[in-house]
Amino acid sequence: MTVTVYVPRDSAALSVGADLVAEAIAAHAAATKQSVRIVRNGSRGMLWLEPLVEVETATGRIAYGPVQAEDVKALFDSGFLHGQPHALCHGKTESIPYFQKQTRLVFARIGVIDPLDTAAYQAHGGLIGLQKALALAPMAIVDEVIASGLRGRGGAGFPAGIKWKTTLGVNDSQKYIACNADEGDSGTFSDRMGIEGDPYALLEGMAIAGIAVGATQGYIYLRSEYPDAKAVLLEAIARARASGWLGSNVLGSGKSFDVHVRIGAGAYICGEETAMLESLEGKRGVVRSKPPLPAISGLWGKPTVVNNVMTLMSVPWILAHGGAAYAAHGIGRSKGTLPFQLAGNIQRGGLVEVPFGCTLNQLIHDFGGGTASGRKVRAVQVGGPLGAYLPASKLDLPLDYETFAQAGGMVGHGGIVVFDDTVDMAEQARYAMEFCKIESCGKCTPCRIGSTRGVEVVDRIRSGDRREESTALLRDLCSTMTHASLCAMGGLTPMPVLSALDHFPEDFRKG
Amino acid sequence: MQPSAHSGLAVAATPAQLAVVDAALARLRDLPGALLPIFHAIQDELGFVPTDSLPRIAEALNLSRAEVHGVLTFYHDFRTSPPAPTVVKLCRAEACQAVGCRSLEAHLHQAHGAAMGSTTHCGALTLEPVYCLGNCALGPSALVDGKLVARLTTQRLDAIVAAAKQKAAAPGGRS
Repeated sequence: MTVTVYVPRDSAALSVGADLVAEAIAAHAAATKQSVRIVRNGSRGMLWLEPLVEVETATGRIAYGPVQAEDVKALFDSGFLHGQPHALCHGKTESIPYFQKQTRLVFARIGVIDPLDTAAYQAHGGLIGLQKALALAPMAIVDEVIASGLRGRGGAGFPAGIKWKTTLGVNDSQKYIACNADEGDSGTFSDRMGIEGDPYALLEGMAIAGIAVGATQGYIYLRSEYPDAKAVLLEAIARARASGWLGSNVLGSGKSFDVHVRIGAGAYICGEETAMLESLEGKRGVVRSKPPLPAISGLWGKPTVVNNVMTLMSVPWILAHGGAAYAAHGIGRSKGTLPFQLAGNIQRGGLVEVPFGCTLNQLIHDFGGGTASGRKVRAVQVGGPLGAYLPASKLDLPLDYETFAQAGGMVGHGGIVVFDDTVDMAEQARYAMEFCKIESCGKCTPCRIGSTRGVEVVDRIRSGDRREESTALLRDLCSTMTHASLCAMGGLTPMPVLSALDHFPEDFRKG
Repeated sequence: MQPSAHSGLAVAATPAQLAVVDAALARLRDLPGALLPIFHAIQDELGFVPTDSLPRIAEALNLSRAEVHGVLTFYHDFRTSPPAPTVVKLCRAEACQAVGCRSLEAHLHQAHGAAMGSTTHCGALTLEPVYCLGNCALGPSALVDGKLVARLTTQRLDAIVAAAKQKAAAPGGRS
């Protein structure tokens, strides 16, 4: 009897040797004349267990991890093909508490199926959302998204349905869907895992958006730092076209929608929607002034819906199950789930999709198991390099957009980076300014010049040069950047700087 | 903004390199927003974009040379001179900082002479900064010739440098 063994192809798993493990399993099975079918799935998101090998048994999938190639013989010897115990065995994958405690809507298929297998995609609920959308009037699709309460997952949290409604309301012969896959925030990888683990869901979400607003062309702006995601995405698009899911006759509806990929070139600012549009047009990634809104005048001056990968990947579920079912999750004005990403100095790093409203403590301690170093958590940065550094005393805040904004932070794209007590927060503040200096597009002065001056002022504070005066100057500079920058790059860089200064002032008094 | 990591003296393009440029132009010039795809295609093949190819790119796309130069130098990815046979893009961002990437960067500089944006003393490996590879739970991370590697240590970096030296010494190692 052929046994199915799953070895992830997600790049996190590849980075710790998944290909070698797959080869070793195939070789050992051949040598011992056992029939094994290896499926390269996405990752379940329990990244500390990668490579996480699963074996299909009569009672479900049994997990073994982290498996290295040299473990493979011992696994065979202990009968892992029949789900037998071994030191690396974790029992049923779906009973592992880290996994079991999640609410997986967007990530429901990820880690379960071969991401490029079109039949598996449909067998696990794929295309239902698109089929429903094709039977609806455009405004009815938009209404469903509005009812879901879905907000932009890229970080800004703008209601997705309102954006769509704006573009739908503009009369133009050419409109675009532009997917922002320039996931540049450190500590975030949900877009990457989504593209590598369930690319058809992104294409389906884009097609639904296109059908809803009357756009026939979609562009995905994928960062160059994700070569594995690029390979999966290009293959998925080719297969989706061949299957009639994309192209001039989407699912036989007579409607047209196609998707193209453009690769970024290492500029963080191109994650800002208007800089991304400039870059898609083949120009320098310089931020545009708003208005006009991209929804009205975006790519090549045409009405364009710009949505993040996670936003678009949420759409098929919403159409399939209804906006109300999605809105039943979450708290306040933060509806649905967010795939949080546990990163940095953390024992059990990975992806945790839960409804809005859980706390950082739950994520970092209950899911994450505290720091990898075993030392005390001292600071947590939420929402990428422009997000606030929170002290250990503030980890009981419920994670939703409004609560975090009130506390002087932001949920952003859901990245959570943990630091232990060896961190020097003045060094982190300096880095925030340095990063802005490196990545500023240069269009507005507060960001372009302010970041350079910011690095210098932090250096003066750290070296004890007129410390009180310099600190006052840093606060003044931060105020200018916050209020006078053109976009979030310069406008939010003060957030990590000031939160470090406010919560960890002792680190600025050393030396 | 910082200048590109490889803004050293421009190297005159060979006829073979210009043929690569012309092939990329012929294939991609009609794409909407063709300039970035063209730069990528050239760099994928040559490892850099020869600056003396810019006039012909400008002409093919009906852009000014200033625009083409401006786009090339805006993006951190594009080089204007060839890198060493092995390229390591080491993540410098926060999640990797939390697990010690700063000391790895210092080690490559001190032990091997490669500061960010430069090449090791041995000439075998070019080190470039990158800000997040999306492997933030398994850092410190790097891309080594396009392949993602995780949980880097100074020992593993030494092994990567040693492998780069072997690759550079092998016949055809220096293209």
